[in-house]
Amino acid sequence: MSAAEVAPSRLRIRDLAGEGVAGLRARPARTALTALGTVLGVAAFVAVLGLTATAGGQIGKRFTALAATEVVVEDADEADRDHLDPAFTADADARVGAIRGVRAAGVWWPVGGDTAPEVGGVVLPGRSAPAQIPVIAASPGLFDAIRPGWSQGRAFDALHDRRGERVAVLGAAAARQLGVTELALRPAVFIDGVPFTVIGVLDGSARLPELMFAVLVPRHSAEEFWGRPGAGRRAKMLVETELGAAQVVAAQAALALRPDAPQRFTVVTPPDPRQLRDQVSADVGMLFLLLAGVCLLIGAVGIANTTMVAVLERVPEIGLRRALGARPWHIAAQFLAESAAIGSLAGWVGAAVGAMTVVAVALARGWTAILEPAAVLPAPLAGLVVGVVAGAYPAIRAARIEPVAALRR
Amino acid sequence: MTALLDLRGIGLTYPGPPPYRALRECDLTVAAGDHVVILGPSGSGKSTLLNVVGLLDRPTEGRYEFEGVDTAGLGNARRAGLRARRIGFVFQAFHLMPHRSALDNVTVALMYSGVPSARRRRTGLEMLDRVGLAHRAYALPSQLSGGERQRVAIARALAPQPALLLCDEPTGNLDSATAERILDLIEEVRAAGQTVVTITHDPVVAARGRRAVTIRDGRLTESTPAAT
Ligand SMILES: Nc1ncnc2c1ncn2[C@@H]1O[C@H](COP(=O)(O)OP(=O)(O)OP(=O)(O)O)[C@@H](O)[C@H]1O
Ligand SMILES: [Mg+2]
Repeated sequence: MSAAEVAPSRLRIRDLAGEGVAGLRARPARTALTALGTVLGVAAFVAVLGLTATAGGQIGKRFTALAATEVVVEDADEADRDHLDPAFTADADARVGAIRGVRAAGVWWPVGGDTAPEVGGVVLPGRSAPAQIPVIAASPGLFDAIRPGWSQGRAFDALHDRRGERVAVLGAAAARQLGVTELALRPAVFIDGVPFTVIGVLDGSARLPELMFAVLVPRHSAEEFWGRPGAGRRAKMLVETELGAAQVVAAQAALALRPDAPQRFTVVTPPDPRQLRDQVSADVGMLFLLLAGVCLLIGAVGIANTTMVAVLERVPEIGLRRALGARPWHIAAQFLAESAAIGSLAGWVGAAVGAMTVVAVALARGWTAILEPAAVLPAPLAGLVVGVVAGAYPAIRAARIEPVAALRR
Repeated sequence: MTALLDLRGIGLTYPGPPPYRALRECDLTVAAGDHVVILGPSGSGKSTLLNVVGLLDRPTEGRYEFEGVDTAGLGNARRAGLRARRIGFVFQAFHLMPHRSALDNVTVALMYSGVPSARRRRTGLEMLDRVGLAHRAYALPSQLSGGERQRVAIARALAPQPALLLCDEPTGNLDSATAERILDLIEEVRAAGQTVVTITHDPVVAARGRRAVTIRDGRLTESTPAAT
């Protein structure tokens, strides 16, 4: 036999993997404890990413529901120059309503000059209400825009408004204060002594919840008794748009209202919801991702530490394997396989724990859990990488152990 | 008979510090199928010699031929290949992997020659049966007696059917009755055609060899050949 005919020793990949797993199964409790740090690190990563996405989605959803479809047009006459004509024309609702993407629009302002009108109820005649009840002049369109709920009756309509009829709608709290409980008897409220027939009682609204404390009267009726909106009591228009149309509507509203003087209005639009969500994600996410990174680092140190201890503990085994034909890199590969197996195990468990955390938090808060695949799927891989990196140094140390010295132990 | 081993002027100096000359000018030729016993007091260099013969350590002087191949010309990978296929070790301290079954401890000897796992398993069970431990295949070393552990170690050494079986004080930790069984087993192996080199300082063990050499302060001398 010649030297060239002597075959080198070898280690099959399957055997390497088998030894890696066997090393973990031999000491299950130790394996679990070793993996714990990495499990927490990976879980923290997945949970942070998932929770930021979930919370961000939540903000987005609330936004979509209301604020994102709301545009407010304000009378911009800050110098209180008191133009001769009102900023909002009588047909303001229709003008804005004609813009594509508008669902409803209505004008409103608090009634009264320097002193608010006095409101009295029917049930206790002669006695004014215990608290100041604001009187709001409103165009009929406002009732569509605020998305009201009705406990009784209905809103006043364009006809009431045009004819300046003395009708009123009460907010829920105002109705309670005024003692209005039943509309069948056509009760009236007295505003500065003028009776207004109550035709509807609100029990809630999605927008302008402050209206629940107010008495609402048609804008033309209000103008008849208390004049146009004046200094400090500027009129505003609330516009509800289709989803996604707010910005476009806002750009057109002023011109549609007053083609002759669009500069008399300022238009308030909702912030871009995506921008807001990203901002939240960035702020909260970065901090927690940093913490998760620290967690993962501690996990890696844990694996490195245990693998190092295992190497020292298993010096005789290393000597034995060398005597049985293992080469230094076979030994290194074996320890690397063990730490890699611990790492990926931790990655899988961590991903599962993280995902469950996100789902649990979302359930508890009544949110919709959002788990991006990009946040969950790389987790086991991240665990593997942590395991390999952590095991590298101990593996090299193990490979350098001399078999003769190892066997003498 | 062809020589399995041929050592010529082998010397080994441990680098220290201080450097220590553990082997000097050792000549030894072992024929295939022979059983050589190496005797010597503690610290005389027996284990050192066995490590050289077993290709775990390289001599610093001399020439060592294994199966006609000059081992100095072999790279580490091929030396490891010979250890995996042609050489079996039995240690005084058994050196079993504590958290692995008896079967795993046997089959690991076949791993580094690339034997597929199904065949490893079959061979492992066969070897355990041969040393009378088939019923303990899935026991952990901690659940085995000293004699059983050494039998597992012998099964491991024999699994690759090595040409050379090297035993370093194989009965040092065992009582005489158990030692007797182990020695019978080794004799059986030799009778089947394998070459055995046994280190010992126990005359009872030495009596089993067909030939004895003595090592003293790193020097080998042929003793009176044991009666054949
Ligand atoms: N790495 C080393 N560096 C220096 N000296 C060493 C080293 N290893 C062994 N020695 C020395 O070499 C000599 C031979 O050691 P060896 O282990 O071969 O003895 P031995 O004959 O097997 O003894 P025992 O019967 O006690 O096992 C001893 O004196 C020992 O101190
Ligand atoms: Mg010794």
